[in-house]
Amino acid sequence: MRQVTVLSGKGGTGKTTLTAAFSVLAGKAVVADCDVDAPDLHMLLHPETIERLEFRGSKLAVIDERKCVKCGLCREKCRFEAITESLKVDQFSCEGCGVCTLVCPANAVTLNERVSGHAYISKIRYGFMVHAMLNPGEANSGKLVTLVRQNAKIVAEKEGINLTLIDGPPGIGCPVIASVTGVNVGLIVTEPTMSGIHDLKRALQLLEHFNVQSLVCVNMYDVNESNTEKILSFCKGKGVEVAGKIPFNPKVTEAMVRGKTIIEYSPKSDAADEIRHVWEKISAVLEYKN
Amino acid sequence: MILSVASGKGGTGKTSVAVNIAISVGNVQLLDCDVEEPNAHLLLHPEIVGEEPVYTLIPSLDERLCDHCGKCSNFCQYNAIFAAHEKVLIFPELCHGCGGCILVCPKGAIKEGKHRIGTLKRGYKGDLELVYGELEVGEPMATPLIRQVKRFIDKSKNVILDAPPGTSCPVIETVKGSDFCILVTEPTPFGLHDLKITVQVLEDMAIPFGVVVNRAGIGDRKVYDYCNGKGIPILLEIPYERKIAELYSKGVPFSLEMTEYKESFQSLFNDARRLAGK
Repeated sequence: MRQVTVLSGKGGTGKTTLTAAFSVLAGKAVVADCDVDAPDLHMLLHPETIERLEFRGSKLAVIDERKCVKCGLCREKCRFEAITESLKVDQFSCEGCGVCTLVCPANAVTLNERVSGHAYISKIRYGFMVHAMLNPGEANSGKLVTLVRQNAKIVAEKEGINLTLIDGPPGIGCPVIASVTGVNVGLIVTEPTMSGIHDLKRALQLLEHFNVQSLVCVNMYDVNESNTEKILSFCKGKGVEVAGKIPFNPKVTEAMVRGKTIIEYSPKSDAADEIRHVWEKISAVLEYKN
Repeated sequence: MILSVASGKGGTGKTSVAVNIAISVGNVQLLDCDVEEPNAHLLLHPEIVGEEPVYTLIPSLDERLCDHCGKCSNFCQYNAIFAAHEKVLIFPELCHGCGGCILVCPKGAIKEGKHRIGTLKRGYKGDLELVYGELEVGEPMATPLIRQVKRFIDKSKNVILDAPPGTSCPVIETVKGSDFCILVTEPTPFGLHDLKITVQVLEDMAIPFGVVVNRAGIGDRKVYDYCNGKGIPILLEIPYERKIAELYSKGVPFSLEMTEYKESFQSLFNDARRLAGK
């Protein structure tokens, strides 16, 4: 199976817009939305859910008030400042480590599993979509990403589909790492801004760290053409292939408002043209690797 | 007053809003808590005055004392210790540093060692202080570094926290303890969807908040309908203007050149303070 992850470092560069467009161009694919705390891809692909799974990714300390002797040892030993002065558990700080259960002399603390989100397997027009929703404010998004990717694998094998398209989250931390490990290609979507360039460099380092082949694409390249040139020459110096540069086009936002991919909404636009071009490059790299 | 700037969706303009407030209001300390991709320094161009490595505590095993009982491995909720019959493996990047393994080890074979996860930097632009963290590439956990950045909070100043995108642990760690949170969104379906999730987080945490609509004029009106329906104050609209985008792309906070916005950011800050009751 071939896997491509669309990532960016910086948020809002167009990951989801591109992933959705690729899913139309690919014809048949399993599309995985790995941005589990702010997933947006479903608004363009309109999945019909076939299966919904509970995600029990984290635990929470619970203090039994009747047994508690108010000694404060749990508060003293907690490294996450998750026990308040009045010896209550602060659910936003608790990381479910269990140290409090260990030190409590009265056996008043237990660790409870909590349902911290849901994972979905759905049907879309061009294949299947696997996605998830972390409950707002929950931890462990990396684990939920891993569950989404396991689901992608199961669906791909069962349906005989040999391409998985992954829409990654912003950043370079745990959910991003979980989205890129073991994929064939990582497409980094950047923009010609100082932050875009800064974050591109870190995203490239991340792919290198995990031995993933990288491709770069510059979105809204005409917002600052001299910065675009800087990105192109930086990539050239690094030996990283640039798969394309997509012009700014208000039709992209219009398509989003109408819940469509740019390929469906405005197939003849310059942006759609260039996205097709980027997809050809990705396909070529995938073929080459296999 | 501690003011955080967050968004849910990435790229809506958090850093731009945080920096523009910071340069429009006096006596400010800006903490960039997006340690995965810190960007505020790219707009502020501060003079860096201090840099220090940040470590987390991880277990370090004395093989001579270990009898491979496996209690540490059983206790660890994060699978950061794997105890086989002959050998104990430690995975530093999975460790949350809770210290539980040390407490359960009956032989006293585990001590704590340091594991570098990033760098903390401090700088100044005039009298504006900037503190930010830079996570080592390949390190998964941002929250311990965010905690270190927040240790620098100086309550005698107007503290502004620039949050990472998303709605999970790094965002919670950033906004925790804020007096008010500004949510920056754009008037598009993606902007609205992620705004709603973030609103739920802030309501759960009982942090008062208001909205800034960036790139006003693109997309549709649904963000406004949602805010009006829920009684969420819209504190500022920043229109979609090519000039603003271009200035941002060059690393210039737009209120420096479009000085008419300086006052808008001052009143944004004053509104936030008033709504926070400060």
